[in-house]
Amino acid sequence: MAYEITLLTTMAISVLFALSLNFITGFCGQISLGHAAFMGVGAYTAATMMKASISLLFVIPVAAVFAGVLGLLVGFASLRVRHDFLAITTMGVVFLFVGVVRQQEFLGGEIGISGIQQSVLGRTGFMLLCVVLAGVFAGFSLLVKRSWLGFVFDSIADNEDVSQVLGIDVAKYKLFAFVVGTATAGTAGALYAQHYRFVGPDSFGFVESISVLAMVVVGGIGSVWGVMFAAAVLSVLPLLIQFVDDYKILVYSALLFSMMRFSPDGLAGIVQRLLNRVRNR
Amino acid sequence: MKPVLEVKNVTVRFGGVTAVDDASLTMQGGDLIGFVGPNGAGKTTLMRVITGIVRPHEGSVWLEGKDLTKLATNQRIRAGLALAQQIVQPLRKMSLLENVALACGFSKTANPFKALKSFDKSAEKATARELLRRVGLQDVVDAEPSKLPLGYLKRLEVARALALKPKLLLLDEPLAGLNQSEASSLADLIKTLNQDGLSILLIEHNLREVLRICPQVYVQDLGKSLAFGNSNEIMNQPEVIKAYLGES
Repeated sequence: MAYEITLLTTMAISVLFALSLNFITGFCGQISLGHAAFMGVGAYTAATMMKASISLLFVIPVAAVFAGVLGLLVGFASLRVRHDFLAITTMGVVFLFVGVVRQQEFLGGEIGISGIQQSVLGRTGFMLLCVVLAGVFAGFSLLVKRSWLGFVFDSIADNEDVSQVLGIDVAKYKLFAFVVGTATAGTAGALYAQHYRFVGPDSFGFVESISVLAMVVVGGIGSVWGVMFAAAVLSVLPLLIQFVDDYKILVYSALLFSMMRFSPDGLAGIVQRLLNRVRNR
Repeated sequence: MKPVLEVKNVTVRFGGVTAVDDASLTMQGGDLIGFVGPNGAGKTTLMRVITGIVRPHEGSVWLEGKDLTKLATNQRIRAGLALAQQIVQPLRKMSLLENVALACGFSKTANPFKALKSFDKSAEKATARELLRRVGLQDVVDAEPSKLPLGYLKRLEVARALALKPKLLLLDEPLAGLNQSEASSLADLIKTLNQDGLSILLIEHNLREVLRICPQVYVQDLGKSLAFGNSNEIMNQPEVIKAYLGES
């Protein structure tokens, strides 16, 4: 049973993390290659606070706020650069984060922070908390897609200049997406710190940023259900299949490449096309 | 009554080139003014100054007595400007109906929090359907823009601009790229919109259609205001003829 609890907790954290990137990249069209940095901010914030015996339930919102503030700063960059330049800027953020954390003694430097104590929720309670938080954010994402906010995000992802000419304050919407997405990544980071009871700089580097991007692309950029499915499967695949664990980045990169080449709208797009074919019969 | 648009002594320079040089223009409510001039006259640059895409080095832009000069493009649109662009830019992943409905919902999209609380799109879709009918696109409301010819997309630009309920409609070469029959039909639509009370500033190279539908023209050459007044009289002025045809 303990193994199943671990799997489910890992899945829920990954789903929350992938959905947080989907909010920025999938909904609002802002590419981010450094999303793991925001998870890292949340994880380190939470680890430091939990080491000081502060309750997990208090730690989570603080981690979200810290990551959201950094997200706001990076969001300002997105107002000045777009597309490939934004991708490179966000990639710089994750390298900067890892570089800074490695040099900080109070964050454990190269070794990281270990020995984080278990919360009073226990393993099952914590798993339920992770599932509930992932479920709540998935519900929020679906709500956003149905609302005028989702409608505006679609237009910004399509063409920012046209959105401006339609009276839309593109800057406000992009900052909103960055703050919500990165604060949620910070929340996932806090859960990660509690789940593994260890945080280190290598857990939140470029490889993790590409891994979460692979989850979003494989699931279908912008699709809530697709991203949830891909994140759930890809997060536990390395735990179930040794080969995937050994060659994780190779497998994820191959999946990313295959999807971009053969089905840019991901699994969600494949399912949608199959449904359309069945309906048209 | 305050003029609907006042452009006061606007100057724009790109490096060492002066694209617009001390240009001024005043429009009254209900005017339909043809904004003409040879290639390189600075017409599109002045239009971009009015919409806020280009910031002038000197001068100011006023809409019904409100100074727009320091406002961003989206704020100017909310103040009452609407623009149909020269190069058509539909939102390609949305149907025509959705393109126009998004513009119709401008009160719901003022900020992310307001947009998050709004779900119902039926009223905006009904208005969008009516606007698409008005511009002659009632048969393709659910079509994807990428599957439609240029003439349809030019009309979509107009419908989307009308959805913003503007005080002043700016049309940047709406007839460019259309055949004579399409151009004539779209020009008729522009005239009808003006007759319904909408103020329109029309940048256009198709002088035949401009002279047919616009009672007044504003002529600009080499970035400077050249002439303004009754269309037929202005186009017969020697300096306007010289600007278009050169010296004999």
